[in-house]
Amino acid sequence: MGKNKDRQKKTKEKRFTKAAIKKDFKKNYFAYLLIIPVLLWYIIFCYGPMWGISIGFKDFKPLLGFSKSKWVGLKYFKEFFTGPYFFRTVKNTFLLNIWGLVFGFTAPIILSLFLNEVRNKHFKKVVQTITYMPHFISIVVICGMIHLFTQSGGIITQVVDFITGTEHSSLLGFAGMFRPIYTFSGIWQNIGWDSIIYLSAMSSIDPGLYEAAEIDGAGRFKRMWHVTLPQIRPTIIILFIFAVGGLMGSSHEKIILLYNPLTYTTADVIATYIYRRGLQEASYGFATAVGLVSSVVNFILLWITNKVAKKYSEVSIW
Amino acid sequence: MVKQGSKRVKPKNIGFNIFNYTFLTVLTLLCLYPILYVVFASVSDPHELMNYRGLLLKPLGFTLSGYKLVFKDNSIWLAFKNTGIYVGLGTAINMIMTVMGAYTLSRRDLLWKGPIMIIITITMFFGGGLIPWFLLMKKIGLYNNVWAMLLPTAINTWNMIILRTGFQSVPKELEEAAIVDGASQAKILVQVILPLSKAVLAVIFLYYLVGNWNSWFNAMVLLKDRALYPLQLILKETLVANDSAASAVGSAGGVAIDSVQGSTAYRELVKYCVIVVATLPIMVVYPFLQKYFVKGVYVGSIKG
Repeated sequence: MGKNKDRQKKTKEKRFTKAAIKKDFKKNYFAYLLIIPVLLWYIIFCYGPMWGISIGFKDFKPLLGFSKSKWVGLKYFKEFFTGPYFFRTVKNTFLLNIWGLVFGFTAPIILSLFLNEVRNKHFKKVVQTITYMPHFISIVVICGMIHLFTQSGGIITQVVDFITGTEHSSLLGFAGMFRPIYTFSGIWQNIGWDSIIYLSAMSSIDPGLYEAAEIDGAGRFKRMWHVTLPQIRPTIIILFIFAVGGLMGSSHEKIILLYNPLTYTTADVIATYIYRRGLQEASYGFATAVGLVSSVVNFILLWITNKVAKKYSEVSIW
Repeated sequence: MVKQGSKRVKPKNIGFNIFNYTFLTVLTLLCLYPILYVVFASVSDPHELMNYRGLLLKPLGFTLSGYKLVFKDNSIWLAFKNTGIYVGLGTAINMIMTVMGAYTLSRRDLLWKGPIMIIITITMFFGGGLIPWFLLMKKIGLYNNVWAMLLPTAINTWNMIILRTGFQSVPKELEEAAIVDGASQAKILVQVILPLSKAVLAVIFLYYLVGNWNSWFNAMVLLKDRALYPLQLILKETLVANDSAASAVGSAGGVAIDSVQGSTAYRELVKYCVIVVATLPIMVVYPFLQKYFVKGVYVGSIKG
């Protein structure tokens, strides 16, 4: 990547002359014609909203419109940082992602390690086909299933009742159950699918390494640990950077479908808070300000992780 | 790999294999069981189902009354029709826009490729956030109409990059030969590049298709009129809404359900049935298309 940038810089100085631009347009006009609608889309749908971030500094009144609304400076930022929900939403976002990192991130790695040791092709194929399947079920249906399974008398509720020895009503009404339900249903949905990328990395490991390990007397567990795992390290690190980069952000879609006022204490994250305040209560300025804070924090996290990864492993995303 | 497979299994590997196959079998069954449970429950007798405790290993009795209730409901049919329109038109727009973008980005000698790439890449890391996006959609008229379901999701940057990688792997010589024959750039795209990229096109086509079929959030935020609701939003109301009075299918069954207990039981049954109805189309085609989906991850991982 680094090399690529240098090369671009060098050629840029040489290439962007009037004559070169003219010649390039003549030769590639078709490509430029095709990219126009694409760039327009990016400008409208991606850069347009960025322009609207200034709403976070304004007392936005839809009737007055965008430019006539009054500036209020950092009012909403102060309101968020000193408000009662700042600590709760930040804590919940962080903890939910830590759960995801500890369980959700490692599960597909473990599956792929064991799947890689399977020699029976048919068995492997069956395991893969079935474990990939939940990935294609829509999030609405997944959450619908969770509601059915965790209601009073639902199959998961029965299991929990059995383990704890007390009878529960709907598990989604317990704040303490939200993180496990959210995390483990996520693993169920994505463990197979997320393992594909590791399996593809494993398929390019030199078989000679395994043979050498075998000669050294390494058993299957040892080969897994000392050969396979180090070989897929770059893949793990790249995905880890993205995972940590998203540590303070989370998708609101699934949480909106699972939470309720009873579980806000553990389930309400920054993204759902923005959704509620912004779209349900129409506090546009405030919600925009919170959104800005969260995306800035996210980017800083991504940047730091990338930097750390670069320093210690020479693998990075840019 | 093949070499290892043909080797005789050593005694010390037997223990490992037993563990490994057991572990994977249990895991696979755990992945499969929730789906089976829903299917079994959807054809079970609703009253028995309500009082049943323990694992469901086969349907309890057999009835299709739940499915009858679902298909009797007009809102489900309307939602299917809407989803069909959004998925059909939406995926067509997705493909056209993505092909256009990927084609340009795959050109090797484009002077402005760097700046174009920067414009696109920035959007993968920064965004305006939900609220400014929503206000903009409303302002430009993408609210409560079909276009609101089609245009905001016209391009997925990841898919475009996957397709670009695919286009780049078309041998340069074939293009050059076409140029010598006097073919225009448009002709090269349609007659050389696209036919040679069928596999990658299939991959992103499927990604868009599934994405459009499953999408619900934009519909919830941007649609007001119930007549425009896609299937997933009707599902959400049926399955997730805490207020069951608002649920479309659950309350509008129309069948004479006498006792309170009975109506609750049928409402439960209907939930299982709508899950099956809404998921079946994708589950049926999925095993045949699996290799394409998986291929997408491989291609994507080269660049990612």
